[in-house]
Amino acid sequence: MLLRHTTAFEIDRKALTINPAKTCQPVGAMFAALGIHGCLPHSHGSQGCCSYHRSALSRHFREPIMAGTSSFSEGSSVFGGSANLVQAIDTMFTVYKPEVIAVHTTCLSETIGDDLVQIVSKANEDGLVPEGKYVIHCNTPSYVGTHVTGYSNQVAAFVKFFSTATPKKRNVINIAAGWMEPSDMREIKRLTTVMEARTIMFPDMTDVLDAPLDGHYKMYPTGGTTIEDMKLTGDSKFTLGLGHSCTEDACIKLDNKCKVKFEMLDIPIGFKATDRFLMSLSRHANVPIPQSLNDERGRLIDLISDSSKYLYGKRVALWGDPDTLIPLVEFLVSMDMKPVYIVTGTPSKYFDTKMPELLKDIPEAKFKSGELADMFRMHQWIKQEGVDLLIGNTYGKYIARDENTPFVRFGFPIADRPGHNYFAKTGYDGGANLVKQIMDAFLEHYDRTCLEEKVEFQL
Amino acid sequence: MEKKNKKELDLTNFTDEVVAAYPSKVGKKRAKSIVINDPDAIPKIQANIRTIPGIITQRGCTYAGCKGVVLGPTRDIINITHGPIGCGYYSWLTRRNQTRADKPEMENYIPYAFSTDMQDSNIVFGGEEKLKQAIREAHELFHPKGIAIFSTCPVGLIGDDVHRVARQMKEEFPEVNIFGFSCEGYRGVSQSAGHHIANNGLYKNLIGNNDNPKRKHKYAVNVLGEYNIGGDAFVIEDLFEKIGVDIIATMSGNSTLEQFETAHTADFSLVMCHRSINYVAEMLETSFGIPWAKANFIGADATAKTLRKVGQYFGDQELMDRIEVVIAEEMETVNTAITKAKAKTEGKTAMMFVGGSRAHHYQELFTELGMEVLVAGYEFGHRDDYEGRRVMPTIQIDADSRNIEEITVVPDPTRFNPRKSEEELAQLKEAFDIEFNEYKGMMTDMKKGTLVIDDLSHFEMEKLIELYKPDVFCAGIKEKYVVQKMGIPMKQLHNYDNGGPYAGFKGAINFYKDIEMIACSTIFKQMKAPWESEEFVSAEYVFN
Repeated sequence: MLLRHTTAFEIDRKALTINPAKTCQPVGAMFAALGIHGCLPHSHGSQGCCSYHRSALSRHFREPIMAGTSSFSEGSSVFGGSANLVQAIDTMFTVYKPEVIAVHTTCLSETIGDDLVQIVSKANEDGLVPEGKYVIHCNTPSYVGTHVTGYSNQVAAFVKFFSTATPKKRNVINIAAGWMEPSDMREIKRLTTVMEARTIMFPDMTDVLDAPLDGHYKMYPTGGTTIEDMKLTGDSKFTLGLGHSCTEDACIKLDNKCKVKFEMLDIPIGFKATDRFLMSLSRHANVPIPQSLNDERGRLIDLISDSSKYLYGKRVALWGDPDTLIPLVEFLVSMDMKPVYIVTGTPSKYFDTKMPELLKDIPEAKFKSGELADMFRMHQWIKQEGVDLLIGNTYGKYIARDENTPFVRFGFPIADRPGHNYFAKTGYDGGANLVKQIMDAFLEHYDRTCLEEKVEFQL
Repeated sequence: MEKKNKKELDLTNFTDEVVAAYPSKVGKKRAKSIVINDPDAIPKIQANIRTIPGIITQRGCTYAGCKGVVLGPTRDIINITHGPIGCGYYSWLTRRNQTRADKPEMENYIPYAFSTDMQDSNIVFGGEEKLKQAIREAHELFHPKGIAIFSTCPVGLIGDDVHRVARQMKEEFPEVNIFGFSCEGYRGVSQSAGHHIANNGLYKNLIGNNDNPKRKHKYAVNVLGEYNIGGDAFVIEDLFEKIGVDIIATMSGNSTLEQFETAHTADFSLVMCHRSINYVAEMLETSFGIPWAKANFIGADATAKTLRKVGQYFGDQELMDRIEVVIAEEMETVNTAITKAKAKTEGKTAMMFVGGSRAHHYQELFTELGMEVLVAGYEFGHRDDYEGRRVMPTIQIDADSRNIEEITVVPDPTRFNPRKSEEELAQLKEAFDIEFNEYKGMMTDMKKGTLVIDDLSHFEMEKLIELYKPDVFCAGIKEKYVVQKMGIPMKQLHNYDNGGPYAGFKGAINFYKDIEMIACSTIFKQMKAPWESEEFVSAEYVFN
């Protein structure tokens, strides 16, 4: 057994997190910053933070992840990291020539109280920021919130620093994209193209974290929301925020700053969330939903109905982030599956109100968010009563093997399988991809473990 | 057919090329960390100094060196990270230190991450109470033999005293060995500070606690600085079982508390990764009289040499004969494998930037494959890892090194027992050229005119590849996909690209195969679409 010390016996833990279902803010800020074209994220703290975050993102995306660090020493921890950041800004603009440096803080620089506004203005005064280039920043103390909070803070910072309202409004819909794969964003953009809606997506990891191999390394890949587009978000007529935890803050800021109204939606995972996304886009962009999307939807419904025998009533345990867990749980319920255990280390009021609604017909379901909502707890629940399927990041493989349970990888990080940044899980096609993965997991497991006489040609 | 295709490269201009692109102060500083090697007159290299902010470094932090590297691989200690959630999360199963707890009742906490997950209230009001409670909960749930506490950045800043907490909790649970590490990320200039802090902690809290090791054979050694990445330590264990020598402690791949506690009963310490463990090797020497020698199990020849060293040290003809039989047996398959791989690899070039030993060790394997190492460097090495321990007295102690605790190590009043007299050690040196308590560094083994670079920056890496186009580039995960986007095969020497083991004879064969695979892999020839080539003539349909 891999997790041989995990038993069904729960104690009332108050302090010890075991096998967390979350990580810290700065990695989210770094990830989000990669979705702006020409942006170099910068971690203001010990160099270990930057190294860990780059490694985590590299393992997940299998793509170059570039970022600078202020490389704090003990001296800078005592006297402040101003000199380090000013030097970092100089070095990065001189050597790596980004359009924008997106500085985020860490628990170290937050604890000592470094004032980024003051430090960045010093870099400006010293003439270290070239004409037309930007240094933006956000505060991401690791001891508040989670990686999701960091993502949200970075996206809000894009709005704060770039979005500008001019008298000239444009017939464009902003799509504030929550934490998802570039594949998921690509699919959402495809849907908006099919709808013939004009949109600006921010941040946008397509053609950044799924860049082609052509023999030329580009420090700043072709993708990412351009700064020009980011400024124009202030002139758009409406914003759709995809994922409450990751984008609501940015949407509110954009409304306050540029009077762009918004609607919060779930990330379009599963047909219901996709339906809502398309209807909202149709309404706000004033474009019809074409027949081709009815057909896409129909194909997904067809696939689910063909698979219904295997899906109905199956007990599922999930862990991950609120923004993806909510539509995912809804999708599972809409396929008559039973999400029974759901944990996220990210505290979310929306999650806490939404889960009871979604799970109202599954009285045995348990869920928990925030502190101490960890994978150890979820595994203990599984020990108490087992599940038929696990859906979550790579850390689930240890449970999957110990409990001999089918496992579908979803979320961050996925460090042991390729392709999640290529194959979408959003939209109707993405839903079909997800159903196929669930069916593959069930049936591969059945074919490998059932009695020989039960092996059948047709399933 | 002449397969040699060695590129005649002049590496001397590299420094000027890169320095010019940096801000002038940065350039001046970096220039001292880039040197042209001469093994006969080893030049001074600047190492183990602060990284320039913003330069994009490979380096990590002190916590990573202490918890991640040295203590992380031990399977029966509960390692609690005291801090916000990130540090514990990123060091959770991300190094490939394999662990085997053979029986179901044996402890193995490796697949677990334990953290106090400090919140803002803990930062404001202190986190000691939460840490104590976390230890109580760990005890109640798991009843471990040992609990280690690792401090992250904010812990030191807010003044939480993890050592005091450890002492108090030890009073509460006297049967559990509880100890703390002040390994905040900002101490030191890289992971290296964390190694040192971990070594001190091992010595203060574990080594020497148990005088009754499990013994099977007549002779016993420690294998220090071997972290069982990809199962390397398993291969080494098998080899020692074959030659009939006990390994008391492997530090720290697949290790247990008991191994640390009994390490002082071994008669000889073999040091694999000099950078991360030389402090413990020295402490075992000073305190208990166990000599150490540099060892290398990376490369078939290096493995044979290291095994012979063990035989010669114990001076037992029977053991030496047994070692020769094992070497002869293993070398047969090794030689077949080399011949096969060499057909594809000979004359090719490599560059490597890893760790504090790997960039040296792996040169052996590339040499066996007939490949040339053009440029190498460490991520967190010190000058002694480059130039040899002879330079240690001349290394200036700067502020960043001074804040790492120097512990006083004295001969143990009852257990100090020199395993060899000065004369015996001198004779062994004379007869077999075994250097005790010595490491000659990477640069003696690199050719004249090769380039040595410490703490390589991303910019320098790009330049190296652009200017000299190596056939394979070796580094870690952060560099992996950058290099491959340039169309150059990249071999990770931290996690072996999930390959390995690479240690010992069997590991060497695995490595030959993997490098042969890289040399023969065809996908990089497909980077251009056929219509992008000059031969492609575009045509169009004409509709009438």
